[in-house]
Amino acid sequence: MIALPVLIPLFTAILLVFSNQARYQKIIGVSGAFAIFATSLFIISNVGGKQIEVLQSSNWEAPFGISLVVDTFSALMLVITGFVSFALAVYSLFYIDEKLITHRYFLFFHTLLMGVNGAFITGDVFNLYVWFEVMLMSSFVLITLGSKPLQLKGGIKYLTMNLVASLFFLAGIGILYGKTGTLNMAHLAVILQNDEQAILMNTSTMLFFMAFGIKAAVFPFFFWLPSSYHTPPVAVTAFFAALLTKVGVYAMIRVFTLFFIQDPQFWHTLLLAVAGLTMVVGGMAAASHYEIRRILSFHIISQIGYMIFGLGVFTPLALAGAIYFMIHNMLAKTNTFLVAGHINRLKGTYKLKSIGGLYKSYPLLGILFIIPAFALAGVPPLPGFFGKFFLIKAGFEAEKWFISGVAIFTGVLTLFSMIKIWNEAFFKKGLEEVPEQGLRERLPLRELLPSMMLGAGTILLGIGAGVFFDYFIEAGNQLMNSDQYIQVVLKNFEYVAN
Amino acid sequence: MLALLVGVLSSTGVYLLLRRSVLKLVLGIIFLSNAVNLTIFIAAGLVQGKPVFVSEDAANPADMADPIPQALILTAIVISFGLVAFTLALKYKYFSLSDTDDLDELKELEE
Repeated sequence: MIALPVLIPLFTAILLVFSNQARYQKIIGVSGAFAIFATSLFIISNVGGKQIEVLQSSNWEAPFGISLVVDTFSALMLVITGFVSFALAVYSLFYIDEKLITHRYFLFFHTLLMGVNGAFITGDVFNLYVWFEVMLMSSFVLITLGSKPLQLKGGIKYLTMNLVASLFFLAGIGILYGKTGTLNMAHLAVILQNDEQAILMNTSTMLFFMAFGIKAAVFPFFFWLPSSYHTPPVAVTAFFAALLTKVGVYAMIRVFTLFFIQDPQFWHTLLLAVAGLTMVVGGMAAASHYEIRRILSFHIISQIGYMIFGLGVFTPLALAGAIYFMIHNMLAKTNTFLVAGHINRLKGTYKLKSIGGLYKSYPLLGILFIIPAFALAGVPPLPGFFGKFFLIKAGFEAEKWFISGVAIFTGVLTLFSMIKIWNEAFFKKGLEEVPEQGLRERLPLRELLPSMMLGAGTILLGIGAGVFFDYFIEAGNQLMNSDQYIQVVLKNFEYVAN
Repeated sequence: MLALLVGVLSSTGVYLLLRRSVLKLVLGIIFLSNAVNLTIFIAAGLVQGKPVFVSEDAANPADMADPIPQALILTAIVISFGLVAFTLALKYKYFSLSDTDDLDELKELEE
């Protein structure tokens, strides 16, 4: 059952190999994405906020085989991935060239999804590496699909950085295995809890931290992101923005709560410092740019800082806040990219200087932009406010005054750059321009549908924050008390404390 | 001895990655991934002259090498092979579009 989020995209991808017509590619691609969303809903209703589900692949008992584990955190991530990718599949119908679709755009879309979902459900470190590679390989193809020169340039940077990250990760796994003799996460947790020399693990902890740090684009490893994210078609950028960096954050939260828990003083201070710098640097850089996609790319970085901040504070409330913030971010950030795509379709450019007066001519688009933008900036009752509120509250409770102050300050920076886009693109007086060829006069409603879906999701997440928050608190609790996780995974395995 | 080799391989790899040429980047990736594969081998304990799977009678673990690092490396080799193939294809495309191997040359092609 819980393997389905991986099997469905695999099956869809295989189907897509056999068809040559764009029409079938579209039908299969979108229905596959919908099937994943539906299964993920089913899974979360099974896990239900309390349980942890395990599947031992090929019936090899843990820790000898590969275990797939779904706890509340994973289930939440699966649901939101399903939702966002369904919206994006619909969006791709209108915003990816027919030619690219016949070149199997949806195939790589689904293999990427397979990698992402696999990373969310695996309970094995090496398996996590394999999923990362699946994900990377498809993302390399997606980022260079169409092979415009600019795309290739961005693609090479992206590829190099991510390859180096994977190699760090692999080296970390090798050293970890050499020291502990296991790859199963639950088993690692048991061994490392009872190990008095656990401080020796710092080598592999650092390698893991760097690997996930590069993927998640935290300071000082973030520079690959803004130099490559604005190059591919906007649907691909939105997809990457929604999923890839978040998988890095997910992996970081997972390993730092489950088994890399020795020497917390050093690591949590490091995480908090990195979080603060990531927030501020990303926010500042976003403030200085005038190209929509670049602003948004730097924003991704700044928001990643908040999630790492939640991890660094390390209380159930902070983790819950971080997860909530991650989900809100996947919805809202994707949506802002989608709106950027709409704007580009209307005006033929992403440069804020040459856009203006959009609100007057397209009020609906304005509303669609303002929902995610205000959500990101943290205006109540949209979810960005609650996410930041929980995080900062947790920060104050843990008496991390300085970093919480930085978080508040960054909120202002975010608001500033969102207002900048709003003013320049929507409120500023329209420029008198000669309408160029090939630009659209209006956007049909169906093309706006994915943005509306994501916007509705954002509003729901904000208004229902009280209702949903039990789930997040439960996820945070599960992460903080790894005993349940260990017991469920290693059910039949007699583990002896050293 | 092997540890030294890993050091040499990885420093060569990093040096090549930092060059502007795309082809050297590909070579750098190959060097680095081999260095990492060897790291796994060394970290997991290298034993000489002992096969992984022996006959059923000699099931004493001390007589066997650990199969897991070998499996890990095998997977890693396959993955890095695929990645290198992709990078080479990318390099080919890059060359045919820009007639240069130099990454910085492409700046002029931007919009």
